[in-house]
Order: sequence, then C-alpha cells, then structure tokens
Amino acid sequence: MTFMQKTLGTAAALALTAGAALADPALIYDLGGKFDKSFNEAAFNGAERWVKETGGSYRDIEMQSEAQREQALRRFAEAGFNPVITTGFSFAEPIKNVASDYPDTKFVNVDGFLPEIPENVSLISFQEHQGSYLVGVLAAMASETGTVGFVGGMDIPLIRHFACGYAQGAKATNPDINVIANMTGTTPAAWNDPVKGSELAKAQIGQGADVIYAAAGGTGLGVLQTAADEGIYSIGVDSNQNYLHPGSVLTSMLKRVDNAVFEAMSDGENLETGKMTTLGLAEDGVGYAVDDNNADLISDEMTAAAEEAKQKIIDGEIEVVSYYENDSCPALDF
Amino acid sequence: MDKMPAWADAVLVPLISILIAAVLSALVIAALGMNPFEAFRLMVEGALMKSSGWGYTLYYATNFIFTGLAVSVAFHAKMFNIGGEGQAQIGGLGVALCCLFIPWPHWSLALIGATISAAAFGALWAYVPAILQAKRGSHIVITTIMFNFIAAALINYILVNILRPSGGMEPATATFPEAVHLPTFQDMFSTADNVLFRGSPANITFFIAILACIAVWLLIWRTRLGYEIRAFGHSETGAKYAGISPVRITVISMLISGALAGLMAINATMGEAERLVLNASEGAGFIGIAVALMGRSHPLGVFLAALLFGFLYQGGAELAFWANIPRELITVIQALVILFTGALDNFVRWPLERLFLATRKKGTA
Repeated sequence: MTFMQKTLGTAAALALTAGAALADPALIYDLGGKFDKSFNEAAFNGAERWVKETGGSYRDIEMQSEAQREQALRRFAEAGFNPVITTGFSFAEPIKNVASDYPDTKFVNVDGFLPEIPENVSLISFQEHQGSYLVGVLAAMASETGTVGFVGGMDIPLIRHFACGYAQGAKATNPDINVIANMTGTTPAAWNDPVKGSELAKAQIGQGADVIYAAAGGTGLGVLQTAADEGIYSIGVDSNQNYLHPGSVLTSMLKRVDNAVFEAMSDGENLETGKMTTLGLAEDGVGYAVDDNNADLISDEMTAAAEEAKQKIIDGEIEVVSYYENDSCPALDF
Repeated sequence: MDKMPAWADAVLVPLISILIAAVLSALVIAALGMNPFEAFRLMVEGALMKSSGWGYTLYYATNFIFTGLAVSVAFHAKMFNIGGEGQAQIGGLGVALCCLFIPWPHWSLALIGATISAAAFGALWAYVPAILQAKRGSHIVITTIMFNFIAAALINYILVNILRPSGGMEPATATFPEAVHLPTFQDMFSTADNVLFRGSPANITFFIAILACIAVWLLIWRTRLGYEIRAFGHSETGAKYAGISPVRITVISMLISGALAGLMAINATMGEAERLVLNASEGAGFIGIAVALMGRSHPLGVFLAALLFGFLYQGGAELAFWANIPRELITVIQALVILFTGALDNFVRWPLERLFLATRKKGTA
C-alpha cells in the first residue's frame, strides 16, 4: 500500500466520519458537456440556484469517455460526496454496478432506466412526450403552410420519444398537417453539429416547414439560428431557449432538470431512494415556456388550446402514446 | 553516413517532442491561472501513484496498443489505415454477438471465441477498403475514413432496432452473462486484505495486447510475409519486380490491421463495459495513429507510446476531478502531444540531425 493510498484512505475516512453536515453533493454531466445550453446546462442551472439559495457548495465534472463514468461515481463516493447526481441515461448501468459498494452514498440519475432499482439509487424520468405534445399543438396552430418540422440529435429512442409526442400533438390539432422529422446523425457528434442542424432546417424549410422543433442539444442552436435567419418559427428544448432569438423562437419545451437537481441537492442525505420518480405535466416536470421574448407569438387562442390539452392529459382524457411502449409511433414513421 | 544514431532517432526525438509539448501545455495551464506544477503533480499522482490509477492507465493503454499496432502494420506496407475507429466498433459487434448468443461455459473459452470473432469482424470491415485500393486504386485514406461513418451508422441501427433490450432507454445491448466476465486486475492481483486496482477496468486483455506486440514483431521482422510487407512498403515497383503481388500484400496487411483494431473491442466491450454501447471505440482508433507515429511503427515503441497516452487520459481525468479545469484543456494537452510527436516530427528531427552531424564532423576533422 502506497503512501498516497493511505492518505487518500484517511481523507476519505475523515470525510465519512465528519458526518452529515460536511457532505457536499456532486454533479456529473454527460458527454454533451456542462454548457450545452440545453439538457446538461439545465442541471447546472439547478445546482447554481441551490448554491444561491442555500450558500452550499458542490463539485461537478464533465465526462470525456465511457470508462470515466464508473470512475467518476467511485471517486466522488469515496471522497464522501452525497448525493452524487448524474445526468443522462448512460449513467444507469454504471450506477447499478457501483451502488452496492457504497451503501452510504445516494446516487441520483436523470433519464435513466433500471429494471431493478438498488436501495440507494433514485431515478428521475420525465414525460417528454407530454411536453412535446403541447409544443406540437402550438406548432400546428402557428403554422400557415400546414407543414411543421422536427430536427433530432442522435437517432436514439429518447429522441424518437420527443418526436413522437410532437407529431401526435400536431396531428391532433390539424389532422392534415405534414410532419417532417430528421435526425442529425448516428454518432454522438450529432449532439454538437450546429452546421448540420442548420442544413437540415434549410432542407425542411424548402419542403414547406414554417415551424421547426429542435431536440438536438448543441445542434439545435444551428436550427434556431437558421429559423431566425429565414424568418420562420423554431421551438427550443430542455432549457428555456426563447431568449436566443426573440420573435423567432415560438416557445421551448421545458424539461425541468434544473428543478430535479435543485430538489435532490436540497434533500441532500434525506433524499428518498430506491424508487423511480416520473415527472410529467401534472408535476410541472415538463411544459412549454412563455416569457417576454415570445409573449407576442402565442395568441390567446393558442394558449387556450395548449392549456386545454394539458388539462386533458393530466386528467387522462388524452393519452399521449409513448414511443417506448412498443418502440413505434402512431403518428410518425422513422 | 548522413544519419544520426539509431538511439537518438528512437529515444531522443520523441523525448524532446514530449518535452516541448509539456512546456507548451504548462504555459497554457499557467495562462488559465493555474499552477502547472500542481497540475502535473495531480496527473502523476492520479495516474501512476496508486494501483487503481494504474488500472485506468493500463486500460486505456491496452486500447491504444491494439489500435497503434493496427496502424503500424498498415504503415509497413505504406498504407494509412485511419479506419481503426470503425474496425474497432465492428469488432465490438463481433464480441457482442459472440458473448450474447453463445452459451460459454467459462470465460477463458469465451475470451478465445471473442478474440477470434472481434478479429474476424474487424478484418472484414477493413477488407472492403483494402480490395477497393488493391483492385480499383480507391485511396485507402478516403475509403477507411468513410467506413468509420458507415460503421457508426450500422452499429447505431443495430443497437437501436435489433439488439436493444425491450424497455431499455439506452441504445446498448443487454449486459453480457456472468460467465463471460473477464478477470480484471482487481480479481487477479488482490488478496483478501490488500485490494489492488480497486474498481479499475484494466483486465486480462492487457496481456493479450502484449502478446499481440510480440506477434506483430515476429510477423514483420521474422517471417516471409513480413518481409514482403516491408518490401512492398519501401518500393511497390521493386516488390513487383521481386515477384510480390501488390494486391495480395495490400489485402493481407489491411486484414491484419483491421483484425488488430477489432481486438480492441475485447478490452473495451468485453472487459470494461460488458455490453456493446454506442461509440465504444471512443476515438482510440484515431489515437492509434499518433501512437504508431510516435512509436515509429515498432511494437516496442507502440507499447511505450500507448502507455504515455494512457497516462495522459487517466491523468487528464484526475485533473478534471480535482482541479476544476475545463475539459477542453485536457484535449488541448493531448493534442499538443500528438502535434509534436506525430505531425511536427521533423520539427525536432532536422535540427537534431544537423546537430549530430556537426559534432561528428568536428570529431573526424
């Protein structure tokens, strides 16, 4: 046993015995990076809000490779951070692998899925298809050409899930509407390719789309930019992106990762684990953003329609089909 | 003789290159307001001063040895295989199919099966560009890089639509059965009261990588085929004149290269992730080019260069953990090393060569 091991071991032991008051939360971002103006940045914003309100401190790290996931979880757990919060479904498996080694640490994962949830793990999932349904309703009402677009990032089930809810909302509002859906690519680079996003947006505009919903991480910024340049509407995702191009971004599909992170940090060691929390419209986990930047774009009629759909989904009158249910979408072919 | 001594070429040039890269990295770190010595200490401590740090360093190094050897073998035949990335991913598919659908009784048998499968799939993926180069003259650089994208698209399609377990959100296969779990360094070297390599992904594949180094050395310098590959690499016309078939050597060297790249998957897919995930190769195919350049396409050089890059990866991760630096900085450091050891090789070599020649002239005069 080397000297380093001993000192680290002692430090870890100290951190553990020092007790509840000293344990800071840790936040691990997925490969997209902390400042993606979208999913991971929402987590960062939630953490920053927690710091502002409580004066606490936390540590965070961005992933660079797959092997680092488990490493980061272990390092933070060993150093006494609690809870350890992670964003992105790719953390579910690594968490399952390490959770039993650190029974005193609580792990939180946003977006992940595990068939059996370990006792010290909390999973948080969002009903993205419900929020996407609402922006689909708004898109269909704002569209004059009868064609709306969707630009996804990487072609994975999660993004099809977004597209599927969107298409259902649009078709429920206007049965004749034409929904064009494109995915940016098949590699993780598809999350951060604004140029390709811009090209896809142009192609969709060429086919008549006048509202485009981008669920593509950093790639979406190119979609929003092109929509603004070409004078059509776009819809942002995850964080409120209305401010990026006021007057052009129709609305943003909010996925309140920030709230989830904020609450996990606030609960700290008293966090309830061993379960999966699903946040949908009823819990304000998803929704559409209205602020000063887009208030003029959303007419009263549109607000009324969206609110009505929202209430009906909460009451169960409208059932938005999830792509995950049978890996296919009733309103859209991929 | 207008050459510098072999030891200077093999040892001094890379060392000076690394030194320049290190100094420049230190300047960048200092410019960001951090103490470069402290940063270096963190990297060394995290990567080399603990057994678990070594576990990660060697895990990354294992990947780079395979991809570095893959590029080296092709280099000897004067071909630039930049498709290691795609070949490794397809190799991963081979490993996944082999581990998921064959009920292996024991990991050792599974390892042999997965090795063959990974090599076969990787070689298959290199075969098409090879045959296009050999028969049609389609440039191997273009075709192999295009095949990287085709491989990514294919793996994505297969993971999303076919191999993904139902209900899973992640585009990945199911976890491989327990029976094909490869022994990690932790399993192999820990005793009951002294846990070594705790939690780190280095596994038995590292020894296969060493065997691969030896095998490549034997192949290139001790067999007839290796001689033909080298002869072809030095002069295609000369090789033709000696009765060596360019088509045959092009295809065979690319097959070996693809197989070696594919072998990376037993480390990353079977040893670490224990399931096939998207982008399982994580850029190791490209790092392999730098490793081969730095290692002068010699297995020993590749081994050492792979260790260096393993250190950079793991040390970089440690830096990110405890120093709160932007992750882009780590990429900058890695890029500087690649730039100086690979691309700007002659930047160091020429002045050094001149220096050696000057001193020699003085000595003889």
